[in-house]
Amino acid sequence: MLTILFDGVAYGMLLFVLAVGLSVTLGLMNFVNLAHGAFAMAGGYITVVLMSRYGVPFVACLPVAFLAAGALGAVLERTLYRRLYDRPHLDHVLFSIGIVFMAVAAVDYTMGSQQQNVRLPPWLSGRFDVAGVGIGRYRAFLIAICGALVVALQLVVSRTRFGSRLRAAVDDRRVARGLGIPVDAIFAGTFAVGSGLAGLGGALGAEILGLDPTFPLKFMIYFLIVVTVGGTRGIVGPFVAALVLGLADVAGKYYVPASGVFVIYTLMIAILLVRPQGLFARPR
Amino acid sequence: MTAALETVALCKTFGGVTATDRVSLVLAPGARHALIGPNGAGKTTLVNLLSGVLPPTAGRVLLDGEDVTDLPVERRVRRGLGRTFQINQLFGAMTPLETLGLAVAERAGIGGDLWHPAGRDEEAVAEIVDLAARFRLTEALEARTSTLPYGRQRLLEIAVAFAGRPRVLLLDEPAAGVPEHERDELLDAVATLPRDVAVLLIEHDMDVVFRFAERISVLVNGAIYAEGAPDEIARDPRVRAAYLGDGESDG
Amino acid sequence: MRVAAAFAARHRWRRAEIAFWVFAFVAWAVLSRQAPIGNEIAILALFALSLDLILGYAGIVSLGHAAFFGAGAYAAGLFAKHLSGDPLLGLAVAAGVATVLDFATSFLVLRGSDLTRLMVTLGVALVLGEIANKATTITGGADGLQGVVIAPLFGLFAFDLTGRTAFAYSLVVLLVLFVVARRIVNSPFGASLRAIRDNPLRAAAVGIPVRRRLVAIYTIAATYAGVAGALLAQTTQFVSLDALAFDRSADVLLMLVIGGPGWLYGGIAGALVFKIAQDVFSGLTPQYWHFWLGLVLVVLVLTGRERLHERIARLVRGRRGAVPVPPGGDAVRADRV
Repeated sequence: MLTILFDGVAYGMLLFVLAVGLSVTLGLMNFVNLAHGAFAMAGGYITVVLMSRYGVPFVACLPVAFLAAGALGAVLERTLYRRLYDRPHLDHVLFSIGIVFMAVAAVDYTMGSQQQNVRLPPWLSGRFDVAGVGIGRYRAFLIAICGALVVALQLVVSRTRFGSRLRAAVDDRRVARGLGIPVDAIFAGTFAVGSGLAGLGGALGAEILGLDPTFPLKFMIYFLIVVTVGGTRGIVGPFVAALVLGLADVAGKYYVPASGVFVIYTLMIAILLVRPQGLFARPR
Repeated sequence: MTAALETVALCKTFGGVTATDRVSLVLAPGARHALIGPNGAGKTTLVNLLSGVLPPTAGRVLLDGEDVTDLPVERRVRRGLGRTFQINQLFGAMTPLETLGLAVAERAGIGGDLWHPAGRDEEAVAEIVDLAARFRLTEALEARTSTLPYGRQRLLEIAVAFAGRPRVLLLDEPAAGVPEHERDELLDAVATLPRDVAVLLIEHDMDVVFRFAERISVLVNGAIYAEGAPDEIARDPRVRAAYLGDGESDG
Repeated sequence: MRVAAAFAARHRWRRAEIAFWVFAFVAWAVLSRQAPIGNEIAILALFALSLDLILGYAGIVSLGHAAFFGAGAYAAGLFAKHLSGDPLLGLAVAAGVATVLDFATSFLVLRGSDLTRLMVTLGVALVLGEIANKATTITGGADGLQGVVIAPLFGLFAFDLTGRTAFAYSLVVLLVLFVVARRIVNSPFGASLRAIRDNPLRAAAVGIPVRRRLVAIYTIAATYAGVAGALLAQTTQFVSLDALAFDRSADVLLMLVIGGPGWLYGGIAGALVFKIAQDVFSGLTPQYWHFWLGLVLVVLVLTGRERLHERIARLVRGRRGAVPVPPGGDAVRADRV
């Protein structure tokens, strides 16, 4: 039971790191970016390539995944995404679906369609015992890293000047501009960081979630659930939503293996039934 | 005699702000009642409460003696409560013909008809023609609404509300933003509304108010400050101080 | 009277329309070797038409419309396999299943914002996909539903390998349903939908029962999609999981967007263009057709869909309705053509 709890928390935190960028992007730019998973995929594949072809140690790949995905995000935001902020949501949906299709096909072409394996360093594999409960080392590692990230993010958002500018811009873009806040730069920076985190999540998650060209499509729904249920107004909402989702998924798969992903979808539908604006959104 | 429209201690709070403060308003049948008040007094909020766009925090709204507080907007419209919006809310891509057609169809109960082509019902068509004539829209019937001059759009706004054959009509600043040369036509249309419709007029422009109203309520900070016949209100020193005394508010 | 004439002009069949349908049937008669592709286009056109009803006319963005398509397909397939091979009966059953499914989900879909709707539509399709995947004894799972045998239409026209019966069948169903849709769209109900799409606040203030109308059109659209899926099952005598896949929802969205939502022919035009493009691109790089599809989408959105459609609209004059200009009307401008 405790193992399930532990695994669920690890899974949930991983989902959070993956999805938080999407949440902030949606709240900030009101942009429905269905291609968010593509950045995660990029991070994952970069890690795989670095490890298998250049022998870079796993832990060293993580910051690279973050930076590379972030850079990719920054470039795309400046060149493409920026033009579509004021368009209707349908345009966002179509555009990002197009990007996903291109990314998936491109990766399939260059890397093949088989699942990629990440060989974890020995100190991260296996389990260790704590008071009779078996704890997977990798999952402990995940919790540690993701936990640190959550804390760092929350601190940045609530304590730093960037954070307060960000919150102002999310609240009311026009007013923020009027106050002299460099909204465009904030958009670019936030998008880059969000994509970078997705990339990092992709690298971290390759071992647990599996990495193949269909990754963005397979996991898009999970990210969207986190964002819809958790709301887009902060860090806490998506975090709790991701944890709930992670726990539900792991518990569901353990107790009712035949149910597969039903638990998650049904949970999402149930939550949305009761609170269509998500669990944390403030009523507009 | 049952009031055409009545509110009982109507309240609306947003967070810590009280926008509507225990307003008890009575609109007699066939009334020509004006609601005035300084900017931010909560006039439009009150109209939104009356028409059902906003749910009240407390209090009740009675239409012809019937409690409609829990009814959504479209049900109140069907019971005979029409309103216009301060900023035009029209269907930009449609023509006045189509817009009026919609309103008439809904009122006649054929709005949900899936099968017959729109415009087949002769009675409905005749009604549209009448409405257009009454509100001076006959020439503009087939232009795209967004291309019409503002005054004509405003007329359409009133026509659409009137098409529902309301017993109570809430006009939210009908002359707002209408250029000088189109105002007379607009005010004339308002003045010639039939007597069986009770009209509540929200206005800033004192000329219009005194020309039109038989009864005036003054709203300040969300509460009814004073109420009475026009000359009473004009002479009331408190009202002058709170509102009229600040000089002419913008037209 | 002028007003009545204006209304009548709106829904009169234009010559271009009649020509189009005549051309479609001529194509059936002449292109006997391309009958299977023609069949596919007709089915896709019906599917896209169903999406147009909710996207183009009610403004609901759905990422899971394949749910109804797939439900109809499986319903028709299972009906044929276990109960009766009669094609028309199968269509009716599939339509019924899609309608029931819709009722169950409509109140979910109509709550909440754009994003919530996106999620819910996607979620429903995914749930159905999972069900189909897991219930292998019934649906055949990943291998697909085999053993679907369709009896000859009216006992006379067998569905053979040439696909000519299939093409004709699908084309006729498409035409019938199209005519119905056209009537619906030109009715007071259809006008109220456009009003809801344009300004929901004002629509309610006119007395339109917004939710009821949206549920109604959503149901109709779902039924249409279900029929399209049934056609696929019956004409190919096979149903696979990809009838419910996200790809299918995305594809139909793209088709409709290419053709232009909101004028009923958009879905048909889009399906045509899509299928032809798919054949062309698949010839170039068979496995990576989705790359080109994605590229088209991106370019289309970036350059602005409206400009493209306006140019097409100018070509196909009078698609919004021939408007007689009243004499001496100075403040009047003819409706956008």
